[in-house]
Amino acid sequence: MSVDKQTVAKIASLARIKMGDDELENLVPELNNILEWVEQLGEVDVEGVEPMSAVIPNTLRLRDDVVDADPKTAGGRREDVLANAPAAEHGFFGVPKVIE
Amino acid sequence: MTELTTLGVKAIRDGVRAGDFTAREVAESFNSAVAAAAELNAFIVTTPDHALAAADAADSARADGKDMGPMAGVPIGMKDLFATHGVQTTAASHILEGFKPQYESTVSQNLWDAGAGMLGKLNLDQFAMGSSNETSYFGNVSSPWRKEGTNKPMSPGGSSGGSSSAVAARIAPAATGTDTGGSIRQPAAFAGICGIKPTYGRCSRWGVVAFASSLDQAGPMARSVEDCAIMLGAMAGFDPKDATSLQMDVPDWESALSADLKGKKVGIPKEYRMEGTDQAILDSWDQGKAWLKDAGAEIVDISLPHTKYALPAYYIIAPAEASSNLARYDGVRYGLRDLPEGAGLQDMYAETRAAGFGDEVKRRILIGTYVLSAGFYDAYYNQAQKVRALVARDFEQAWAQCDVILAPTTPTASFPLGSLENDPLTMYLNDVFAVPASLAGLPAMSVPATLNEDGLPLGLQLVGKPFDEQMVLNAGLAIQQRSGFDHAPEKWW
Repeated sequence: MSVDKQTVAKIASLARIKMGDDELENLVPELNNILEWVEQLGEVDVEGVEPMSAVIPNTLRLRDDVVDADPKTAGGRREDVLANAPAAEHGFFGVPKVIE
Repeated sequence: MTELTTLGVKAIRDGVRAGDFTAREVAESFNSAVAAAAELNAFIVTTPDHALAAADAADSARADGKDMGPMAGVPIGMKDLFATHGVQTTAASHILEGFKPQYESTVSQNLWDAGAGMLGKLNLDQFAMGSSNETSYFGNVSSPWRKEGTNKPMSPGGSSGGSSSAVAARIAPAATGTDTGGSIRQPAAFAGICGIKPTYGRCSRWGVVAFASSLDQAGPMARSVEDCAIMLGAMAGFDPKDATSLQMDVPDWESALSADLKGKKVGIPKEYRMEGTDQAILDSWDQGKAWLKDAGAEIVDISLPHTKYALPAYYIIAPAEASSNLARYDGVRYGLRDLPEGAGLQDMYAETRAAGFGDEVKRRILIGTYVLSAGFYDAYYNQAQKVRALVARDFEQAWAQCDVILAPTTPTASFPLGSLENDPLTMYLNDVFAVPASLAGLPAMSVPATLNEDGLPLGLQLVGKPFDEQMVLNAGLAIQQRSGFDHAPEKWW
């Protein structure tokens, strides 16, 4: 399988990365080289093999049903949460207007 | 008095405890060495006060006769992928420039609790994506090593290249690294130092900037196997905040170190004898076999038939996970925001990400987005995860025949910065020997073996069974004792 410029533009748009014409042109051969190289995985006989879902056997734990059990990941930290926001106003994240 | 910056973790810890020197003297020596090594570009920010405060705490604990932590008095470098409270954390990306976490990663907190201090945040490949340290927004890192008779800046490896450069240059006794597909082992090999990636889940990923979550694992980089054992013990441990953290006790790796390998079997995988591997690397591999045999081990030939498919599988799985993990950089909650006049929310996302991510990061996000997109998911992502299961099965079968595997860490020694710039595929091949253990979540270490004819270091890799870091460290120690590798780069910075 290979990609053309239109496909790269579509992927870039799905990934929310703005790209100019030149950038798209350059990426077509780069991505195709990589995709062509990973094609070799098709040679592998994977009949009856389950895709790996956990690298080391582990069980998903449940934590105790306690509010704010770990203060580091608990609530009540609005200032900390907003501290690095490029535009925080009135205790909220600010974004451009989304409703006309 | 010994030059303090020549000392490693164990020597500093023991010297401070014995009162041979103070932790403050150590921190001051390393702070000065860091300040004088700006040409290496190993650090993005330096934090001399952090190192001094930890040193003073260690000195007063000693004066008061209190218990001293296992890293007390040891100043280290922190890869700038670990969130550090109030200290800029960037993942070497413009998109996180100025980000000051309001929390501390579990691994760094464990190290501070053990008494370590921080010299600064170490440069790396942007979002840990790279094998040469040329994708950082904050500039390339130079290796302290140079090809004999030349002045060309060489690659320290990547992505933990600031870490490898700093430790090899003796401006930090040790540093943290992270390994997704070789990012601890390959730079350790390039720089002539040790580095171990433990079993997946040993070190908490909480507070580590995510690249590929099913592969990312932190580990120590230092100049000796003993130093790695001490520091790994301080970094590892169960953390309820990481769903994949191993709920197991951390063994005392340091006190169980033994270079006596009698009764142990070392597997030599025939598939690692690949075309394009330097003769000097193959020779060092043979030398490694002889060393381990001398330590009492039996050498057995093994087969890991899916080895050649590990790297292409990795270059589907890692970008797929990255494309998902990096969706969080949207210009809303932290980091860069690029909002052109009159732009809407969607434009803001696309502009911010265009301005904030470097080329290699964009390339991988696009590959990941593509292989996960409707219609291609089965052909690429699912196929890769099936191949990954086969790579892991190869190792499981090998453990019936051996206790540890010996292989080269990389197919070549370090190369000049800029020499592979336009050739991503050749760059990816740097990790061909490192990636299989990553896909299988296994503990793996690189230890220095020798210098090649250009005077550049070569590393040997040891891969162990799940949870058996001890065997990896022990075999590493056996090599270290026989190689006698204590080469240091000649100072030019």
